Amino acid sequence: MKYFIYIFVFFSAILILWIDLPRSIPIKFAAFGQSIDIEIKPLVIDIQGTNFRYFKEFKTQLGLDLKGGSHLVFEADTSGTKQSDLEDALNAARDVIERRVNMFGVSEPAVRTVKSGDIYRISVDLPGVYDVAQASALIGQTAQLQFKSQPSEDEKPLESKNPQATESADIGLFNLTKVTDLTGKDVKKATVTFDRQTGQPQVALEFTKEGGKKFAEITKENIQKQVGIFLDDVLISAPTVQQEIKDGNAVISGNFTTDDAKQLAVAINSGALPLSISLVEQRSIGPSLGSVEVQRSITAGVVGLGMVMIFMVAYYGRLGMIANLALIIYGLISFAIFRAVPIVLTLPGVAGFILSIGMAVDSNILIFERIKEEQRKGKSFDIAIRLGFGRAIDAIKDANITTLLVAFILFNPLNWEFLPQFGLVRGFALTLAIGVATSLFTGIVITRRLIQLFYKK
Amino acid sequence: MINFLNYWKVYLAISLTVIILGLVAIWQWGYIYSIDFVGGTNLEYQFSPPVSQGDLESGIISNGIEVIQIEPRSNDRYLMRLAAIDEKKELALRTSLESKLNTTIIVLRSETVGPVIGAETLKKTAVAAAIAIVGILLYIAYAFKNLNFALAAIIALFHDALVVVGLYSILSHFFGAELDTLFVTALLTTMSFSVHDTIVVFDQIRDYRRKFGKGNIEEFANKALTDTMVRSLNNSFTIMFMLLALVLLGGTSIRFFAVTLLIGTITGTYSSPFVATPVAVWLEKVRK
Repeated sequence: MKYFIYIFVFFSAILILWIDLPRSIPIKFAAFGQSIDIEIKPLVIDIQGTNFRYFKEFKTQLGLDLKGGSHLVFEADTSGTKQSDLEDALNAARDVIERRVNMFGVSEPAVRTVKSGDIYRISVDLPGVYDVAQASALIGQTAQLQFKSQPSEDEKPLESKNPQATESADIGLFNLTKVTDLTGKDVKKATVTFDRQTGQPQVALEFTKEGGKKFAEITKENIQKQVGIFLDDVLISAPTVQQEIKDGNAVISGNFTTDDAKQLAVAINSGALPLSISLVEQRSIGPSLGSVEVQRSITAGVVGLGMVMIFMVAYYGRLGMIANLALIIYGLISFAIFRAVPIVLTLPGVAGFILSIGMAVDSNILIFERIKEEQRKGKSFDIAIRLGFGRAIDAIKDANITTLLVAFILFNPLNWEFLPQFGLVRGFALTLAIGVATSLFTGIVITRRLIQLFYKK
Repeated sequence: MINFLNYWKVYLAISLTVIILGLVAIWQWGYIYSIDFVGGTNLEYQFSPPVSQGDLESGIISNGIEVIQIEPRSNDRYLMRLAAIDEKKELALRTSLESKLNTTIIVLRSETVGPVIGAETLKKTAVAAAIAIVGILLYIAYAFKNLNFALAAIIALFHDALVVVGLYSILSHFFGAELDTLFVTALLTTMSFSVHDTIVVFDQIRDYRRKFGKGNIEEFANKALTDTMVRSLNNSFTIMFMLLALVLLGGTSIRFFAVTLLIGTITGTYSSPFVATPVAVWLEKVRK
C-alpha cells in the first residue's frame, strides 16, 4: 500500500512538471558509449478515436491585458423587439457577430451576451486585434445578402473575393462571380418553410416589387444555370434555375437544420443584425504594453518570493526550508492547474496568485507555531507534530473558507446579474480561489509529509 | 502573557485617528474616478520623436476634444484622460496629431467606457460586498457557535474597509490614484483577509474555552493574543514582501492596486488583535 502511494506521488510529480514545462528542452549527453539526444516537449494530449478526437495542449493562456487585443461591449437597442423574442434575437445577433469575427481571422475570439437588468449587451473579445475602428465597423456592418450568377461569355471572369466560398462549393460553382444588382434590400420577408416532398426545412424569400422584377430578370437569363446566394460573402445555396420566376418568391434550400434555417431567415430579414447595437465600451491594449507588464510582474513575483523564502529560513531555520520546499511544490501545482483548466491569466489574476502565495505561507507558519508551542510544553517531536497539525487545521480551515467564500462571490460562477460580471475581478477571484484551495492541500498534506521525511530531532 | 487588552484606549485612539483622517480626506478631496465609473476615454500613446505635453494638450483641444488629465508615463509616452470619444474620432485625433506634431504614434492602450456601465458596476459591487459580509457573519457564527465573535469580526472588517477607503482618497489626491474596478477588488480582498486574520486569533480563544470551560474571557483573550502575535506578524510580513515587490517592481497599471492591498494587509493584521478581540471581549461581557 505504502509503495502504491510513493508510485502515485512520483507519477503525479512527473505529470505536474511536464505540464509546467515552459518550452521544449533538448537533452544531449553521452552515456555508456552512446550519445543520447532527446527533446522533452511540454505535454500535449492528442487522442484520435474512430469518431472523436481529444486534443489538449497545456499552454499558459494570457488575457487581453497581457497579450494585447480588443474588448468591445455593444448595447442592444431592444425598443423595437417584443419581450418574448428578445432572447432569440439577442442570440441570433451573437451568432452573426461570431461568424463575422471568425471571418476576420481572429484566433480564439469570445462573443458573449450579458444581461443586466433590462439592458442586454454583447461583449466581444478579440485577441491580437488592435484596430478598434476596423473591428467595430466589421461587427456592426449590415449583413450582405448577394445573388451571383455565372458571367456570360463576353464578360471577363472576375477574381473571387472569398476563396473560402469557392472552396466549400462544387467545382461548377467556381464561376459564380457575376454580382447581380439584387441584394438583401430587395427582400421583403424571409420565413422558414418545409419542403412538401422531403420535409426539409428551407427559407422562403418574398421580394419587394422592385426585387421581384430584378429576380425575374436574373432567372430569365440563367435558365438551367446555377445562381449563388451569398451571405457575408459565404455561399449558402446555389439552386439551379428551372424557369423564369415572375411572382417574386424564391426558396433557398440546402442541408439546413430547422435552427440553421431560422437563423438564416433572421439574418436575411433584418438585412443586418436582428437588433441594432451601439458600442458602449471598448478597450484595446497594444502588444508591447502587455508584455512589459508581464515581464515586470514576473520579476516582482520572483523577487517577492525570494524575500519570503529568505525570511522563512532566517526565522524558522530548517522548518523554514521545508516550508519553502512546500511553497515551490505549491507554486508548481497551481501553475499546472492554471494550464490544465485552462485559466486565462490577466494582470489582476497574476496579482491574485501572488497574494495567494502569501496566504499559502500562512498555513505553514500557523502549523510551525503550534508545533513549537507543543514542543515547548515538553511533548516529544512526533506527538508535537500530531497535536500541532490537529490544532492548526481548525484555524486554517475556517480562515481559508471565508477567503474562498469571498472569491466565490467575486467570481460569480452562476453569472447572476446582480453581482459583478466584469472579467478583471473574475480573473482575480479565480486565481485567488485556486491558490487558496491548493494551499489548503499543500499546507495540510505535503508539509506534514515533508516534516516527517526531513525533520528529525 | 502580555495584558494587551489593558491598552484598549490606545488602540481606539489610533483607529479613530486614521479613520477620521481618511473621512476628512474623502470629504475634502473625494476621489479621482476612473472611466470604469464615470465613463470617458483613456488613451496611451507612444510618440517618436517625443512631443511636449503642452503641444499634445493643445493638439487635442484643437480637435474639439475635452482633456481631463494628461499624465506623462515616460519621456515618449503619455496617458490621456479625455471625455468619451468614439473610435472614429480617436483615429481622426491620431492622424491630426501625427501631422500637426510631425511624429508617429503607436497606440499602447485605448479604452472608452460609457457612463451607464460605471454606475452599474458600483451598484453590483456593493451588492457583492453585502452578500460577502452576511456570508462571513453566518459562517463565523456557525463555526464558533457564537454571535458575539461574528459581530466583532464584522466590526473589524468595517474598520479595515474604512481605513482603506479613507486612505485611498489621500492616495488619490496626492498621487493621482484612480478609483477603479481594481480598487474595488482590493477592497474586497482586504475584507476577506481581515476576517482570515481575525479567525486565527478567535480560534485560539475558542481553544482555551474548550480546555478550561467558559472561564475568564479577558484572560483567555490576552493569552490568545500573546500566542498568535508572532504568527500574525510573520504572516503579514510574508504577504507584505510579495506586495512590496509588486509595488516597487510590478507594472504601472497594478501599482495602486498593490498599494491598496498593502494598506489592507497592514490594517487587517492590526485590527485582529486590537479591534476584533477587544470588541469581542466587550460584547461577551455586556451581552450576557
